[in-house]
Amino acid sequence: MIAPSIEYSALLPMIIVFGAGVVGVLVEAFVPRRFRHAVQVILALAALAAAFVQVVRLGGTEIIGAVGSVAIDGPALFLQGTVLVLAFISMFFFAERRIEAGGNAFAPAASSLPGSEEERVLVQQRALQTEIYPLSMLAVGGMMLFPAANDLLAMFVALEVLSLPLYILCGMARRRRLLSQEAAMKYFLLGAFASGFFIFGASFVYGFAGSLEFAEIDAALGARVGQEGLLLAGVGMMAVGLLFKIGAVPFHAWTPDVYQGAPTQVTAFMAACTKLAAFGAMMRLFYVGLGGIRTDWQPMLWAVAIATMVVGIVVALSQTDIKRMLAYSSIAHGGFILTAFVAVDELAIAAILFYLAAYGFVTLGAFAVVTLVRDAGGEATHLSKWAGLGRRSPLLAATFGLFLLALAGIPLTSGFVGKLTVFTAAFQGGAMPLVIVGVLVSAVAAFFYVRVIVLMFFSDPAPEGPTVAVPSVWTTAGIAVGAVATIVLGVLPGPLLDLAEQAALFIR
Amino acid sequence: MDLYAPMIGLIILGAVFAVFSVVVSTVIGPKRYNRARLDSYECGIEPTPQPVGGGRIPIKYYLTAMTFIIFDIEIIFLYPWAVRFDHLGVFGFVAMVTFLFLITVPFVYEWRRGGLEWD
Repeated sequence: MIAPSIEYSALLPMIIVFGAGVVGVLVEAFVPRRFRHAVQVILALAALAAAFVQVVRLGGTEIIGAVGSVAIDGPALFLQGTVLVLAFISMFFFAERRIEAGGNAFAPAASSLPGSEEERVLVQQRALQTEIYPLSMLAVGGMMLFPAANDLLAMFVALEVLSLPLYILCGMARRRRLLSQEAAMKYFLLGAFASGFFIFGASFVYGFAGSLEFAEIDAALGARVGQEGLLLAGVGMMAVGLLFKIGAVPFHAWTPDVYQGAPTQVTAFMAACTKLAAFGAMMRLFYVGLGGIRTDWQPMLWAVAIATMVVGIVVALSQTDIKRMLAYSSIAHGGFILTAFVAVDELAIAAILFYLAAYGFVTLGAFAVVTLVRDAGGEATHLSKWAGLGRRSPLLAATFGLFLLALAGIPLTSGFVGKLTVFTAAFQGGAMPLVIVGVLVSAVAAFFYVRVIVLMFFSDPAPEGPTVAVPSVWTTAGIAVGAVATIVLGVLPGPLLDLAEQAALFIR
Repeated sequence: MDLYAPMIGLIILGAVFAVFSVVVSTVIGPKRYNRARLDSYECGIEPTPQPVGGGRIPIKYYLTAMTFIIFDIEIIFLYPWAVRFDHLGVFGFVAMVTFLFLITVPFVYEWRRGGLEWD
């Protein structure tokens, strides 16, 4: 047998992050408890930084490696770099230890029974949860592989590798543990179901094309080999699996429950990074592998895009919980990105890449602010408690206001540039009706984002309102990076837009 | 279609056998009822008492299952590799050693964290 050639150099960013996950597990096994947290944080941050340096070094690389199963090209590297930066900031929020006296935001032992003696003792001992770091490293590795996967099997493996650690992370909240465990259970069951759809669909497409590689599938589409029914059923089922991860309507039902129940730090990480990885994978599958039948899948995605935007915003209007509101808002943003998705061209790819990066920073920042507004029971997420927050702590409320304006797409924020680019791409791709729906829905959305700002600044504070926790430098730095990125990408989007345009070419 | 004929035959055979067994055993089987007959497993062993009042199933079940999976996966991949060892060459050997290392990591983790202590 001739040994298969594996381009280790191009795969190095992923190898570093996965390696850090494995080393992290060994740290859990061998390093004494009191050093573990420091070692894990340093290991995670160092690995993410080293991987980012490698991604930058690889800039401009275009190869299909690992015997056709992984493609390292512009979009893959752009998304890998963005995931690494966003995960780096997420680790800041994970490492925060001042908000919860004597611990971080995670249950000391996730397997202890909520409300039990064991849990009480662990909290008293100030036991720290450190397994979150190896888990998130493995998830980040999966997220980096997902948009780079160039065959159906690699894509499925990446989907599972990124999902499984997230299911566990969702169930690890320190406060409201039953809600958190319920969220993890729901996410796991529905996620496993969606993964089943994906792999079942992949088997259909394999049956049609006789190959798992996207290039071969594309060739089979051109050759018109027959069995169209098999192909279309497979494409539909794979779309279910991917749209679930994106949180598109009608596969969005898990999003509000999971975003609400999961520890807010994990919600931030998940909302920013999973969506990004899933859109990357979806672009590669639909553009590279299934571009030949775009007229067949475009109508489906038109419908999904419209439903996602409308349902996301309309339901967000009636939410009274800030985390659920942000969850529905994230659903709607998935819809905005889908409007550009249906216009299959380089402009659309660049627009989506930029939007995902801009959206990631805003989401991280917004959820991080939520972690700071607290009352006796933990985070005060009910909207009524946020009334008058602007008078009590103007700086925090103003920062949150900035993130809300960015989510609404107000000029001079990254959200505006992002929306402008995706709508332009959709318009040029001939999806005028989608753009009209998108703009109308954005106007409605602006109403409810501004409503929260009005609530924070112009209503009287609740008599027994929440207090704003003073975080350590970790969270402060993370929120600051999010806020600066939001403004810089809004005022000077040029460099990142140029980078996205340069990166917007899939290798085939 | 010929390709599927044996499969369809097997499916029909299986269905007929299942229906036949159930029907025949209810028709000609003896009908005696006692306590053991109504137990979960009908084998004489008392089933483990279920945790009451929000108690929990001992975590050892879960740990045993996880340990089983570690070795199970290991063996499943080792067998085909061992059979084709001479064809897979150095690349196959290195890949297998990497795999064995990675699969040993969770085992080491379980051992160090006390998962193998059966008080």
